[in-house]
Amino acid sequence: MGVSYNPFSLEGKTVLVTGASSGIGQETAIQCSKMGAKVIVTARNEDRLKETLSQLEGEGHSMFIAELTQQEELEKLVGSINVLNGVVLCAGKGMTSPFPFSTRGKYDSIFEVNFFAPIELLRLLVKKKKLEKDSSVVFVSSIGGVDSFQMGNGVYGASKAALNSMMKFCAKELAAKKIRVNTVNPGMVNTKLIQGGAISEEQHKMDMEKYPLKRYGEPEDIAYGIIYLLSDASSWVTGHSLVIDGGVTI
Amino acid sequence: MKTLEEFVSLFAEQFDETDPNEITANTEFHDLDEWSSLIGLSVIAMVDEEFEVALKGDDMRSSITVEDLYNKVLAHL
Repeated sequence: MGVSYNPFSLEGKTVLVTGASSGIGQETAIQCSKMGAKVIVTARNEDRLKETLSQLEGEGHSMFIAELTQQEELEKLVGSINVLNGVVLCAGKGMTSPFPFSTRGKYDSIFEVNFFAPIELLRLLVKKKKLEKDSSVVFVSSIGGVDSFQMGNGVYGASKAALNSMMKFCAKELAAKKIRVNTVNPGMVNTKLIQGGAISEEQHKMDMEKYPLKRYGEPEDIAYGIIYLLSDASSWVTGHSLVIDGGVTI
Repeated sequence: MKTLEEFVSLFAEQFDETDPNEITANTEFHDLDEWSSLIGLSVIAMVDEEFEVALKGDDMRSSITVEDLYNKVLAHL
């Protein structure tokens, strides 16, 4: 067993990461490249995506600008892909809205980004046979709507609960193709998604105290869990939600 | 454009137990017994619905009276 022994290596794998221009998606793309993967990054904003691409280590990475809620752009993205060994669906949107204010329009805008876009992307990848045998699919879900029910978080939580549910259906059906499908379910992570919104800095500090490990997560805390699920170390893991939350749901 | 009076009345609507007449432009709303983080979120959602202004949690925190909050909404318009 030499220094090169690493069951979590992504060497020889091509991995698509959505939402790669910021937050968990960006960090995941960077960490995957450090683990030896060839990474295809996608997001809407060209300048920020270029910034991600420039931070990837090693050779052979590429980027594709796409608005994943647009069918045409989804199809172009899928058409541009040769073959994949891993997919990480990070693109997501936050929303704080108490129930009486949660109009149909709000559900639509959140479900478009958090549920329909990643599910349709995965459907196209499967249908067009872009996923190699033994591929791994990782959805970034949340503890919100699955294990945690914070006030005002219903629209967002429901979209993530739907995602969690579809993950299990996909895991069962795609097992025939030897494709594994899992989620990571993070607690609060320090990204733009939680900053500058309806929840004040002070309220976040109070909330942090409820975490047994006394802090919010950092994007790399989540990226490392995603790497596990992408790697061959998790070959027998499918249909699983990996909670990464500093213990807040205990 | 909604007046301060109309704003105060919309603000008061977010409460269930508090008598609406108890809430005026000068009310220091954080001190109301019924004030809670959920009512805070409801006020932010009401402002979004009625004024198309996205107040931040920090705007709520830094406002003392209902009128302070109204002025923050005006500043965002």
